[in-house]
Formats: sequence, C-alpha cells, structure tokens
Amino acid sequence: MTEISPSLALQGVSKRFGAVQALYRVDFEVRAGEVMALVGDNGAGKSTLIKGIAGIHAFDEGELEFEGRPVTIHGPRDAASLGIEIVYQDLALADNLDVVANMYLGRELTTRIVLDEPTMEGRCRSTLDSLSVTTLRSVRQAVAGLSGGQRQAVAVAKAVMWNSKIVILDEPTAALGVAQTRQVLDLVRRLADRGLGVVIISHNLHDVFEVADRITVLRLGQNVAVLERATTSQEEVVHAITAGALQHVPGMAEELTA
Amino acid sequence: MSEGAAPGAPTPPQGQGSADVIPPAADTIAETLREAVRSWFARLRSGDLGALPIIVGLFGLALLFGSLDENFYTERNFVNLLLQMAGIATIAMGVVFVLLIAEIDLSVGFVSGVGAVIMTLLLRPAETDWPWWAAIAVALAATTAIGLLHGLIITKARVPSFVVTLAGLLTWSGVVLILTTQTSSSGTIRIQDDVVLGIANDYLPDVWGWLLLLGVLAASAALELAKVRAQRARDVASRPVVLIVLQLVAVGAIGALAVWYANKDRGVPVVAVIVGSLFVFWTFVANRTRFGRHVYAVGGNAEAARRAGIDVDRVRIAVFAIAGLMAGVGGIILASRLRSVDPGTGGGQLLLNAIAAAVIGGTSLFGGHGRVLSALLGAAVIATVANGMDLLNLASGYKFVITGGVLLAAVLVDAFAKRARAASGVA
Repeated sequence: MTEISPSLALQGVSKRFGAVQALYRVDFEVRAGEVMALVGDNGAGKSTLIKGIAGIHAFDEGELEFEGRPVTIHGPRDAASLGIEIVYQDLALADNLDVVANMYLGRELTTRIVLDEPTMEGRCRSTLDSLSVTTLRSVRQAVAGLSGGQRQAVAVAKAVMWNSKIVILDEPTAALGVAQTRQVLDLVRRLADRGLGVVIISHNLHDVFEVADRITVLRLGQNVAVLERATTSQEEVVHAITAGALQHVPGMAEELTA
Repeated sequence: MSEGAAPGAPTPPQGQGSADVIPPAADTIAETLREAVRSWFARLRSGDLGALPIIVGLFGLALLFGSLDENFYTERNFVNLLLQMAGIATIAMGVVFVLLIAEIDLSVGFVSGVGAVIMTLLLRPAETDWPWWAAIAVALAATTAIGLLHGLIITKARVPSFVVTLAGLLTWSGVVLILTTQTSSSGTIRIQDDVVLGIANDYLPDVWGWLLLLGVLAASAALELAKVRAQRARDVASRPVVLIVLQLVAVGAIGALAVWYANKDRGVPVVAVIVGSLFVFWTFVANRTRFGRHVYAVGGNAEAARRAGIDVDRVRIAVFAIAGLMAGVGGIILASRLRSVDPGTGGGQLLLNAIAAAVIGGTSLFGGHGRVLSALLGAAVIATVANGMDLLNLASGYKFVITGGVLLAAVLVDAFAKRARAASGVA
C-alpha cells in the first residue's frame, strides 16, 4: 500500500429503519489503490452501508470524508459526481441494447442531436481493452448474448469509464462459474492497480482472500474488525463475522447513548 | 443467463479478443460477399430472422392473390394498395413506440377519429372556414394532447396503460359521436378543402416521382458514406463499402420499379411521400437520437434506465404523446381518402389493424424489440389481404378471418424464433 490517507472515510455513521438499528456508529474507509472487502452475515448492514454511500438513503448521523474533504451525499447524482460508482448485484443492464449503448446509458454522446456512435464505440473499446477484457467478441453485440462473467465485466467497465475514483461491487461473483469468477477477480485487482479504491461485498471468503488487501467485518450493524489480509486467516474472519465483539448489545442503544 | 449461473459453465473461447472486433480486411469483393452471406445465414440459424418472415409472407400473399385474380398485379391496383395501407401504417408507427416501452394504447383508433372530426369541423366553408394548415395543426395538437393526458395518468397515477387507454377508447368514441351528430343530423360531414382532399387523392407528376427517388438515394448514399468515414476516423469497425453499394442498388431498383409502375397508372401518390417521410423521421428518432435510445432502454430494462439517470416517466409520457400525434396524422389521411367523417370514424377494425400491423411487422409485445419499419411492413400485409379479398369479392368476414390467421402466424413465427434465440444464447 503506497497511499495511506483514505480516499473515502466514514466516521460513526448510523442508520435506523423504524425499530431496527441497521447501522450503529460504523467507521469505514477505503484507500486509493486498494481492494477493501466488506463482509458480514445476512443482515449485518452491508447493503445499508453501501446504499448510504451511493446516496440511495441518507445516514442518520456520522461524517463522510472524500479525499480529505467533508462531503454530504443526498442522492445517486451526488455520489456519481464525486466519482463513486456502484455495480449492483443485478448489474442493471438492458438486455436488448448492445454493449456500447449499455455503457453509455443515460450519458450518451451526441453531435448536435445525433448519437455519436463511432466515438462512443471507440471509447468503450479502449476502456474494455485497458481493463484487459478480451472475451467480448464485439461491443456491438446485444448484452442478452453475453455470459455472466462478460456481463459483469461490462457493468464494471461502465462504472470505471466515468473517471470514477471509488467502485463498489455488490456480490460480483455470486452467480458465476469457476473460470468466470477468476476473470472477474482479475478485473477487480486491475481496478485497484489503476489507482481506484475498490469496495467488494462478498459472502465468499475464498474470493475475498484472493483479491482483497483489507477486510472490514460488520456484525449486527456494527464494525467489529478491520483486518489486513496478509496478517489474518479465514478462521479469524469467520470468528469476527459470527462472534465479533460488539460495542453495545442491540436494543440497549438508549442506555449507551444516554 | 442460465448458462452463466451454472457452475463450471463453459466460458467463451479465449484469445479471440480485441483483434476480432475489427473483422480482418477481406482481400476481394467476392470474399466480402461470401463473409456477409455466411454471417447472415448464421444469424438466421440462431433465430434472428429480422424482416425475412414478413417479406416471404408478403411475396406469398402477392403470389396467391395474383394467381386468383388477374387484376391484382395491375398498376391501378398497386397504387390502390399504397393508398389503402397509408392510414394504418401511420397510426401503427405510433403503436410501435408504445410497444417498444412494453405498454399498449387501445385508444389510437378513436383518437384518430377525434383528430379527423376536429379538422373537418374547422374546415366547414359555411361556418368556421379555417385554412387547411390551421385546421390540421389544431387537430394534431388535440390528439397529441390526448396522448399526453393518457401518458400523464398512466405514469403519475400508476394505472396500467391497458385500462387507461381502454377508458380512452370509450371516451373518444363518444366524443366522435357527439361532435358528428350535433353538427349534422345524418352525422356525415363532407370535407371540401382541396388541399386536405389532395393528401390521399393527389399524385405526383411523373418527373417528380423520379426526382424524389434520386434525391432519396443520393441522401442515403451520402449519409452512409459519412458514417463509414466517421467510423474509420475513430478506428471502429464499419460495414464493407461493397455491401453498402449493393444495398443502395437493391433499394434503388425496387424504388425504380415502384415509381415506374405507379407512373403507368396515376403516378406516385402524395400520401406515399408523406408516409415515407414520417417513416424516415421516426426511424431517425428511434435509432439515432438520445430519446430513441432511452425508449429502447425503458422497454428492455426500466429499472436499469432509471438507475442510469433516465427520466423513465418522461419517456413514457412522450411515447404516448407520439402515439396520439401519429393517430391524428393517420386519422387525417383516412378522412381525406374517404372525403368525409361520420359517427363511425376511427372505429371498426382500425385500432386492431394498427396494432396488428406493428406486431405482424415484427415488433415485440414485450418491449424493447422492434423497428418503425415494422409498421410499414405490417400495414402492407394487412392492406394486401384486404385488397386481395376485395378483388375476389369475398365477404368482410373472410377478410377478418384471414387477417387474424396472418397475425397468429406472425406471433407464432416470433415465438419460435425467440426459442431458437434462447437456445443459441442470443435472446
């Protein structure tokens, strides 16, 4: 890790949905050029955390710092303008459109009012090439005809094409076979090598240990551990996921904050 | 993506990467052609039939009716066919946009009637006596506003388009009835404006027909070449020039045949030029503009479109406004052809024929797949069936039965093609 100052840092963020305390004073950070894994059991608060970063819903309390400056994110557009892109698990690709149309969806280039197809196609190609995505036969092929790994690659390339600084991947390997998982993990590594901060959410500890530099463990809405991949073991992570020490017992929040 | 979800699914072969994106430059013209034919057959086998079934179907119908009645192939009947398909084709273009976003508009028939009646009422020489352009503008503004209203209700109240436009069907049929019967005791109002009557009853002088064809060919050649030049400048794959030339020659030959045949009769109908221009315009909107791209995206995956920052509701409302506008244009064309409006204007088989035309032409009912061209092709099929049956003096009942059969056949071909596409992983 060459850079120590975090690219994105969250301090003490909380989120409550009615009676449910989804996040409680969570600290989270990702540095430029590193892959930060976010792990935890179902209901640990992983999705709530990234949705807060993405601007889907606002945190109730806590600070966000982006490249050293305090920021507020009120909506998906705020996140995008900071350079934070999220690749959701369902990828959000339109099957009937080709790769170029999907990568430029909502941000199409035009000359006057006509779509500038050659420029878009050329930039898509070079983005895919720069990520060493070589399995696509043609960028003019409809996304419907792509394999799961290729679709993931297109979704990731779409996220990095916009000068993004942070890319958050939600379960990118969940639906993939062995070889395709390999390709996607290689791609994730290359993103970090390009200097992006990468957050990867995964249930698969094998994948996490293969690609991550650091691992943040959430349990019951709280941050129970931040581990260096090089100095930890799968057993330690599993222990943190299932029995990590909590700052407070759920339901006792009132007494603690009082 | 079932094959992607299966563990250990076969990955696409490695190593045929970026180099393959730009096809290797073919050495000879013959090689280019062989490659084009080969990839065309590969597409067919994978179930991507394109416009092939409908063109085969059109030829089949033409052969059938031609063998049953000697008048079918006459130049007079050819021009009649163009006149018969014009109204349906125009309304169907709007329906194509609605189907592309996976919605339906059941009101286009009577909305076209409302447009025709409003225009006719404003043109009455004894009462209002508006100039033709003002009457047409107000009629089209009214039908566009009706479409806009449907779209607003559908998106803001989140009511299915099926129900909203079904209510529209009833409402606008009533409006047509009220407007016509309150104006004249018989309900029939004649159109007496020469320009409006000329829309569907005038023909281009022979020379103009030829000049128009030349102009269209020159413009499309210029556009294609500009496209190739832009693609080469960006180092992006472009279609071989040989293929473009061949395509232009084929289009030119068909166009020349049509103009020559029409000129042997009354000439190229004015309405054919109008429908052709609308076709070019809406094809441009669908394929070359940001709005068109968003229409396809909303039909393919509305959630993805929303997350990409597209205002999905605005696209939907605009599409229903387009359906209203095109219904209005179609209504004016049909009224001009019949030279009058009456309480039944916009009713009968019109709505079903317009939707059937879009579907027969190959536009999917499930959204995201289709072209403006399908409105023309489907309308040609429906007009051919109606025209052939009329020549054979068969009762209307047979016409409906045959049209129904053609529609069913078109949907079945699409369903089987979709299965083939799924099997080859292109669906």
